[in-house]
Amino acid sequence: MAVTSMIGARIQRREDPKLITGHGNFIDDVNLVNMAHMSVVRSPHAHARIRSIDTSAALAAKGVVAVLIAADFKAVIGGPLPVTNSFVPDKKQVPEQFPIAATEAAYAGEPVAVVIAEDRYLADDAAQLVVVDYEPLPAVMDLEKAMEPGSPLVKSDRPDNIGWDAAFPAGDIDAAFAEADVVLKQRIGQQRLFPTAMETRGCVADYIPYDNRCTLWTSTQVPHFIRLFVGGALGVPESQFRVVSHDVGGGFGAKLRPYPEEYLATAASKITERPVKWIEDRTESLQATTQGRGQIFDVEVAAKRDGTLLGLKFTQLLDIGAYHGVFSAFQVVACLLGGGCYDFKAIHARSIGVFTNRMSTDPYRGAGRPEATHLIERIVDIVAREIGMDPAEVRRKNFITTFPHTNNFGLVYDSGEYERSMDRAMANIDYPALRKRQEELRAKGRYTGIGFSTYVEICGVGPSSATAPAAGIALVESSMVRVHPSGSVTVSVGTHAHGQGHETTFAQIVADTLGVPYDSVEIRHGDTGDTPFGYGTYGSRSLAVGGMAIMASCHKVVDKAKKLAAHAFEASEEDIVVDQGRYFVRGNPGEAKVLAELAFASYGAGLPEGMEHGLEAVSYFDPPNFVWPFGCHICAVEVDPETGAVSIDRYVAVDDCGNVINPMVVDGQLHGGIAQGISQALFEEVQYDDETGQMLTGTMLDYLIPTMAEMPHFELDRTVTPSPTNELGVKGVGEAGTIASSIAVINAITDALAPFGIKHVEMPARPDRLWSMIKEARA
Amino acid sequence: MITAAFEYARPGSVDEAQSLLTKYGDDAKVIAGGQSLIPLMRLRLSQPTALVDIQGIHGLKEVRRDNGSVEIGALVRHVDIQRNATLREALPILVEMANDVGDNQVRNLGTIGGVIAHGDAAGDYNALALMLDAEIVTNKRRHKASDFFRDIFTTALEHDEVVTAVRFPVSTGRFAYTKFRRRLYDWAIAGVAVQETGSSWRVGYVNLARTPRRGASVERALAGGASAADAAAESGSDIDPTGDVRATAEYKRHLAQVLTARTLEKATMAA
Repeated sequence: MAVTSMIGARIQRREDPKLITGHGNFIDDVNLVNMAHMSVVRSPHAHARIRSIDTSAALAAKGVVAVLIAADFKAVIGGPLPVTNSFVPDKKQVPEQFPIAATEAAYAGEPVAVVIAEDRYLADDAAQLVVVDYEPLPAVMDLEKAMEPGSPLVKSDRPDNIGWDAAFPAGDIDAAFAEADVVLKQRIGQQRLFPTAMETRGCVADYIPYDNRCTLWTSTQVPHFIRLFVGGALGVPESQFRVVSHDVGGGFGAKLRPYPEEYLATAASKITERPVKWIEDRTESLQATTQGRGQIFDVEVAAKRDGTLLGLKFTQLLDIGAYHGVFSAFQVVACLLGGGCYDFKAIHARSIGVFTNRMSTDPYRGAGRPEATHLIERIVDIVAREIGMDPAEVRRKNFITTFPHTNNFGLVYDSGEYERSMDRAMANIDYPALRKRQEELRAKGRYTGIGFSTYVEICGVGPSSATAPAAGIALVESSMVRVHPSGSVTVSVGTHAHGQGHETTFAQIVADTLGVPYDSVEIRHGDTGDTPFGYGTYGSRSLAVGGMAIMASCHKVVDKAKKLAAHAFEASEEDIVVDQGRYFVRGNPGEAKVLAELAFASYGAGLPEGMEHGLEAVSYFDPPNFVWPFGCHICAVEVDPETGAVSIDRYVAVDDCGNVINPMVVDGQLHGGIAQGISQALFEEVQYDDETGQMLTGTMLDYLIPTMAEMPHFELDRTVTPSPTNELGVKGVGEAGTIASSIAVINAITDALAPFGIKHVEMPARPDRLWSMIKEARA
Repeated sequence: MITAAFEYARPGSVDEAQSLLTKYGDDAKVIAGGQSLIPLMRLRLSQPTALVDIQGIHGLKEVRRDNGSVEIGALVRHVDIQRNATLREALPILVEMANDVGDNQVRNLGTIGGVIAHGDAAGDYNALALMLDAEIVTNKRRHKASDFFRDIFTTALEHDEVVTAVRFPVSTGRFAYTKFRRRLYDWAIAGVAVQETGSSWRVGYVNLARTPRRGASVERALAGGASAADAAAESGSDIDPTGDVRATAEYKRHLAQVLTARTLEKATMAA
């Protein structure tokens, strides 16, 4: 490694000047000559039979190019939307979802027709003129009722409403419970959430009929994945289908799949022989972009009075929505991580996926890990309260301490130091003083609370040995590193940033590894036309998997550069020393060549015998294991018992994501992640009418996304425990903040309300709900 | 999120505005800052056939104090209220309310006339107008605030009537306003305003019924010498909240009582 290291440097993101001065290139910035605009007519009913659709008035409206319904698309779109195995390969049913409803709509917002017009105004006006004759059918909204035999069906061609029922037994659970002094039960909810990217979805499709060629600009986390599926369904070979995604204003997991509108816009372009643009407006986004969470956990824990955790049983009820999301069963990973960072003798988990007449759920920042952390960290506090032990001490007693550690389900935690991170967080917040103050304030009728979250998460998705059976695909990652004749470097990657700062951090890695100036390295991503195949960015994988693919290509380039240097110096390759990008013969550092000189030579005459021209390499990286970030967050709150309002007084986080490439980028990820978790704990909640299935939080007035003003100051700190699974020693940090934070807040609120005998608080901890609980407890 | 098509006119005088409203008919709407109307139009919950934009009319942006009243032109924006020296002296509670309206973008565009004409129970100024017996001045008449707010989003305004000013009594006594909300930029889930006028107290309620409400029962209790807490216990008969996605009706009733007591205490302690 270089003496002056870019790796670890707190440098500003090179992406930002462009973005904050309005020079970003987002999906609505793409404008093509002769482009038409698509407006989607959506079912206003959660569940309805479509008797007929009359498009004549819309077709006659000003500026309308075409009005298309399912029958028109059937001829052009060759198949249903994909569904991956994820953690449940053996699903009970995988109903096909065509991108547009033909005879029955199963959620409010499902596309039933599209209007293509000269501009979006005219398209939206004409969309109002499409007359759909609906016969409303009963909406299935309640998970438990939906499971009952004889329940109304989410869609009439299905046998029942169960998508999967999967058991995950590990260890002798009866023996573990037989040893217990206490057995405690708790139901823990995970409300549905909107992923709410600042930039909604959108796409521009440009199909060229002459040679069956198509370019699709789309706002996505996974350009190659989109090409694979949309191209496949439209019958355009990958070689002729180009997916381009420039700047993406947030994804949070909701842009890691192909969506109906991408198929519809592409097909509409093929049908109308015009480029077609569709921009999702915010109202549509709340109806028709996948949502997160939507789960209920019934948990039972067995423990000893001395704080020893023994066994854990839980069932996850997961609200699939009307159709499987592409990764609907990914959140089932919560079952495999339910034990958190503790040593349990046995864990039995079960996941039941239930269809309802709502939009599909799919991964949302954390995807299964926030749920796992929330349930285990809540349960540990419940145990601590029951046996009268400090919640920190129950954690300390049960932490996994030796690594690598194989958990109950065979997953191998790579490295960790859980106690160190908790101790550091406790010291940072001055835990003893905080407890003392809590006692003093309680005497005065004020209710403060302290909440812990000691988390471990799985990321760096993922090794082919694990992902191929689960997803049906090996989630490896790719890179191409090309050193140009004058020495500047282009790095093309299969990952795709949507706010992560890859253009900065990847360039830091390349600068160090190749020994070239940071400014001479360009990172390219998001265009399938000039990047090698990759699975994109999600699951905190881009550095641990994609970064390693870059390292691999850099090593190949350095190896070749050494050969070039050896040739230039007429020395043997073994005698070539590489130091900060300077290549020289051992013992003669004064006479050196830099990479740019060797690159120039690589494109010239007089290469060594048998050597090809050029200086570039392509690599794919298949990680040997997942990586396992961890940490401890502690939140201090005060609850106003008269109004139920919660204020966060302190928020301390100690996170460990292994080695850090750019501390500023890591801090930024933590800020956003923690904010999203706090937001789930206190604010966000997708609400539907239980009878009609109509969404009640259909605008940003009613769906509460907090702002900076609602956030506390984040007191961040870190420990560094490198991952032994990759050369960089890195883990991942994109989701850690969200995974950790919701339960720190909820545990703090529950702690604050302990004097009322309140043992559990659900999310979001709305003031009216807390007040009702206090009132009930006082009565 | 795109409005339906509409005609647009920008009159130079109130008379011209009135004749445009007559010309376009019942489905025309007056627009000023647009902070309430435009979102409704974008959701197509409101589809006016024509907008009569009064922002170009001169003389509606003044704040004048005379004979114990302060008259605020309809086009005076929240941000103007925040910065106005006359109002800071003559009606400081209004300045305090303006400080807490929406965010900077809303305060830079939204007008007091718009708040009044929209007649939203959640419009902070409407409760103040009601409790202080303000007058709503239009091109056709002067309305007493007590006759103005008729029902949910419904005022006494006729179709061709344009709010030109709001006239408040100068109120320099002790005051406080509490706006309970989950996010800083939100409307009030419940708001309580109290203002001392001479020897008595006025109380107003924001977003606790279909219309803004005056806390008449609370005022009577206070006049009868009740403590803040005892007077607040009367708040239930002054309001009529309904439950929504933000809170249940029961909670809002409770909140009104708690906030009434706290706001009165805050006002009296502020002296």
